[in-house]
Amino acid sequence: MKTKGGLLHTTLVTVGRIAISILIPLVAFVILWGGFIFLRDSNAPQSVIAIVAIIWGVGGVALLFFVADWLVNRAPVNIAKKLQPFVFVGPALAILAWYLFFPTVRSLYLSFFDAYSKSFVGLENYIFAFTDSKMLESFTNNLLWIILGTGGSVGCGLLIALLADRSKFEKAFKSLIFMPMAISFVGAGVIWRFVYAYKPAGEDQLGILNALVTLLGGEPKAWFTLQPWNNIFLIIILVWLQTGYAMVIISAALKGVPSTIIEAGRIDGASELKIVGRIIIPHILSTIVTVATTIIIISLKIFDIVFTMTNGNYGTEVIASMQYKQMFRFYHYGRGSAIAIVLVIAVIPVMWYNLRQFSKQEGF
Amino acid sequence: MGSLKKRKWTLIVNLVLLALVVLWAIPIIGLFISSLRGQDDVLTSGWWTIFKGKGGLTLDNYRQVLGGSQYTFVDAGGNTVRASGDNLSRAFMNSFTVTIPSVIIPILIASAAAFGFAWLVFPGRKFFFTTVVALLVVPLQIALIPILRDYMKIGLTGSYLGIWLAHTGFGLPLGIYLLYNYISTIPRDIFESAFLDGARPMVVFARLVLPLAVPAIASLAIFQFLWVWNDLLVALVFLGGTSNVAVLTQRLATMVGSRGQDWHLLTAGAFVAMVVPLLVFFSLQRYFVQGLMAGSVKG
Repeated sequence: MKTKGGLLHTTLVTVGRIAISILIPLVAFVILWGGFIFLRDSNAPQSVIAIVAIIWGVGGVALLFFVADWLVNRAPVNIAKKLQPFVFVGPALAILAWYLFFPTVRSLYLSFFDAYSKSFVGLENYIFAFTDSKMLESFTNNLLWIILGTGGSVGCGLLIALLADRSKFEKAFKSLIFMPMAISFVGAGVIWRFVYAYKPAGEDQLGILNALVTLLGGEPKAWFTLQPWNNIFLIIILVWLQTGYAMVIISAALKGVPSTIIEAGRIDGASELKIVGRIIIPHILSTIVTVATTIIIISLKIFDIVFTMTNGNYGTEVIASMQYKQMFRFYHYGRGSAIAIVLVIAVIPVMWYNLRQFSKQEGF
Repeated sequence: MGSLKKRKWTLIVNLVLLALVVLWAIPIIGLFISSLRGQDDVLTSGWWTIFKGKGGLTLDNYRQVLGGSQYTFVDAGGNTVRASGDNLSRAFMNSFTVTIPSVIIPILIASAAAFGFAWLVFPGRKFFFTTVVALLVVPLQIALIPILRDYMKIGLTGSYLGIWLAHTGFGLPLGIYLLYNYISTIPRDIFESAFLDGARPMVVFARLVLPLAVPAIASLAIFQFLWVWNDLLVALVFLGGTSNVAVLTQRLATMVGSRGQDWHLLTAGAFVAMVVPLLVFFSLQRYFVQGLMAGSVKG
């Protein structure tokens, strides 16, 4: 009798435990689902939706973590121990897989199919990517972006960092040069559209560049249609935005150059220029390489500036704007995917370099 | 003699720097002044003429771009079109709604993952982390078509959830990498004593790791904030064109297209879009610089 009661008791407890194990995730799920439906279909005032959205989104993620952890801890100890790490890294891995890893594979697959992803076309899209005249134009332009954009940003950044290092007002100067980092490419686009604004000769110029040109006795020009120089006018915007980044990183590296070597150079009577060229630059070379790689990647993927300023017209097309047009203007998914794959191939050297650096510094 | 020469040098250095800073600041100054001038002044004379006492300052442009009132205009085809005003105040709200969770969600997920990679043992740890480092530079363009297709299937296009997840996905590699670098340097004994006391990893993570990682989290947050707030491409693709959910960068890009010559409105619109990131930037510059140092690659 006693054992039977004990058995009944254990069964009840087990059933209860299982029921709770199902119930709690279920409740969490219902809460999240309700929020999702509300956000998808609600016509509530925008401020209400915004607040609900923020609470639901952020709270939902926290809730998922705690429910997952709670569930794992209800499992037998040895299983729980094995599952535990995946409570932490699992969500990140799932999202990375969904948003970056599998899309790369899927784009590769789609790039061998036609516009509607229906029939297999072999390498046709890649032949387009490497022979179409607009694509060739965009390759040349991207190369120009990489060389001049990176060279300009790193060069200006290095110059300003070196000068600022010798000034009492270092902080204020650096802070102002750094400021454009906070501005979006689109915002910078508007700012520079205004700098480059054009009015026919004889009228008052609104853009400061044309005002200067006319002041010096020149003809005002429509800078954006002035091929091939218009590319350079667009690249100047990138240099304006990224110099601050290069400057900040290089500036920090400069502080790490031991002052004793510089002093030794000075005592030997080396000129300031020689000290910079022979002592300082070799010392911070690895930093310059890191900065340059980052800006190379930004130049390679440049989209917003071209999209808002010229929309790729007048010979300013770049790879990313071509890709956007193929996908969202012409709905040619095959070509769009092929161009995206070309972009990925272009970053592989940098990826390889990063991995090598990482495995070097890390006894992982 | 030496000190005189040195003083001359310092003067030259400062003058060159001043010239560069002025060169850098002129575009922004021009934008700001123009946004405060009246329509006629902006469209007929350069912004620098204000220093010659030409025209006064007004907030009308801001009223017009922020308000949502109806107006009519004649389009290129000669048709009269009725449309609502720029209504940037709505886009402003949308930008916040998109940005806040797009900053917090990836930070939660990335810090948990960074903790897992740094302090927990599991099969495939090295492989997965190497993948994260490799994904750091993968251009997000690669994901646009496949993810958009998934979104169409499950009805996530044009939804906030869709864009939060997208920004989370694209921000995670850098987030995990930055936070891993920081969290893996926390001294081992801090964890060991906690684990010996029988604390579960989740408790250690929430009570110990998160508070200790605040500086790294702050720089990541600023990073991600500027990135999401200033993003155009992801918003264009996943939020779509409806002005109900459009964010500031989208509205601004549309304004450039539709009112490319209305400088009084464009300049005010651009400044509205810039003001929040500039405030964040200037108040939290120190953390931002730290973040830049810790990881300078982003896909």
